Amino acid sequence: MGMPVTLEIVDIKATQKDLDEVFSYFAWVDNKFSTYKRDSEITKFNEGKIQRRDLSHEMKDIFEKSLQTKKEADGYFDIKHHGTYDPSGIVKGWAIYNAAQIFKQRNFKNFFVDAGGDIQVCGKNSEGKNWKVGIKNPFNQRQIVKVLSVSDLGVATSGTYERGQHVYNPKKDKPITEIVSLTVVGSNIYEADRFATAAFAMGKEGIYFIEKLNGFEGYMIDENGIATQTSNFSKYENN
Amino acid sequence: MDLTTIKKIGLSALVVFIFLVYAVHDRIDGREETNRVVISTESLIPSPFATSQPASKYKDGTYTGPVTDAYYGDVQVQVAVQGGKISDVTFLKYPNDRRTSIEINQQAMPFLKQEAINAQSTNIDIVSGATQTSMAFIESLKSALDQAI
Repeated sequence: MGMPVTLEIVDIKATQKDLDEVFSYFAWVDNKFSTYKRDSEITKFNEGKIQRRDLSHEMKDIFEKSLQTKKEADGYFDIKHHGTYDPSGIVKGWAIYNAAQIFKQRNFKNFFVDAGGDIQVCGKNSEGKNWKVGIKNPFNQRQIVKVLSVSDLGVATSGTYERGQHVYNPKKDKPITEIVSLTVVGSNIYEADRFATAAFAMGKEGIYFIEKLNGFEGYMIDENGIATQTSNFSKYENN
Repeated sequence: MDLTTIKKIGLSALVVFIFLVYAVHDRIDGREETNRVVISTESLIPSPFATSQPASKYKDGTYTGPVTDAYYGDVQVQVAVQGGKISDVTFLKYPNDRRTSIEINQQAMPFLKQEAINAQSTNIDIVSGATQTSMAFIESLKSALDQAI
C-alpha cells in the first residue's frame, strides 16, 4: 500500500507498546497485500505461484468482501483489472477497522487511526471535543476545503490527485476524470472506504449512490472545483 | 518494541524510506497525554503541509473557464491564481439558477446542495484525502488553468 500511518491515543494509559502493536499490524498487512512487494502473497498469487485454494484465510476473506462490494455497487467495484488482482481499494479500510478494534480491545476510548488519509475516529480529541477532520483541497493539497466534526465514525476519501488518475470505471475500462475527490462518512471505515472507492468509479453518479445508502453521507468535488453533498452531510460539518 | 525495532520492520519490508516522528503532548491539566506517531512507508511523498513551496507554473490573475456541460446543466467557473496557486474558485454559472432546470432535476433525482470549494481554517486534528502529491492534478480545472500557464 505504501502510505503514511498516523495514530493518536488520547487516553492516559496509552503506551508506546500499544502504538507499536498497531504499526506492526499495518506492516503485516502491507507485506501480505501490497502489489508493489515481490514477496507479498497477492504478488505471488498474481504470478501464479500460489493457487487460489492455498490462499490465506485473510486473503480469501478480502476476495469475498470484494465480490460482495461489487454486487452492492452494481459492478462499479472490481479488484481485478486486466487479469491482475489489486485489492488496495478495500484492504486499507479493512486494516484501519481492524487496527481500531485492537485499540478498543485494550479499552481505549479516545483515539484515531489514519492510514493514507482514510480515518477511523473514536471518542473525543485531546480537548474533549469531537475530532476535527479536514477534507483536503484536491487542487491545492496545503488547503482544507471542509472541516468535519465527528466521533465514532469512519471518513474515507477517494481521489485521483494522488499519482495522477488511478481510479478506473471497471465497466468502461476508462479512468475517471470528471470528479477528483469523493469523501464518504459512515459508521465504520471499512464500509466508508469500500463505498468511497466504488462511488468514485461511478463518476458524477457516485454521489447519488451514497445518497441512497443508509447511514452514509458524501462530499464530492468535481474537476471544476464544484462540490456536491448528500442531503444530511451538513450534520457532520463543523460550525 | 522500541523505535529502532520499528525501523527494522520498515527496512525488512523493503520500504524505501522511513520517516518517524514521535511526540508526546502533555495536556494542560496534566491528567491525560496524547501519543502521536507518524510513520511513512514510502519516499517521494511530500507532506501535505510541507513548508517548502513547489515551483509554480501559474501566473497570477483571474481566469474564466468556458461554459461546460455538468451534471445538472451548464457550469462555468472562474479561477483566481495568487502567488502561483489557486486562491479561489468562483461559480459563475450553474444550472439551478433557472427554474426549468430545477424542476427537471427534482423530478429526476433528489436535489443535492452544491457549492464552490473554498479554503477553510486548518485548525483540525486529521486530514482526509488522497495521500500522495499528484504529478497530474492539472487535468482538473484544465480549461481555466491552461490560460494561466
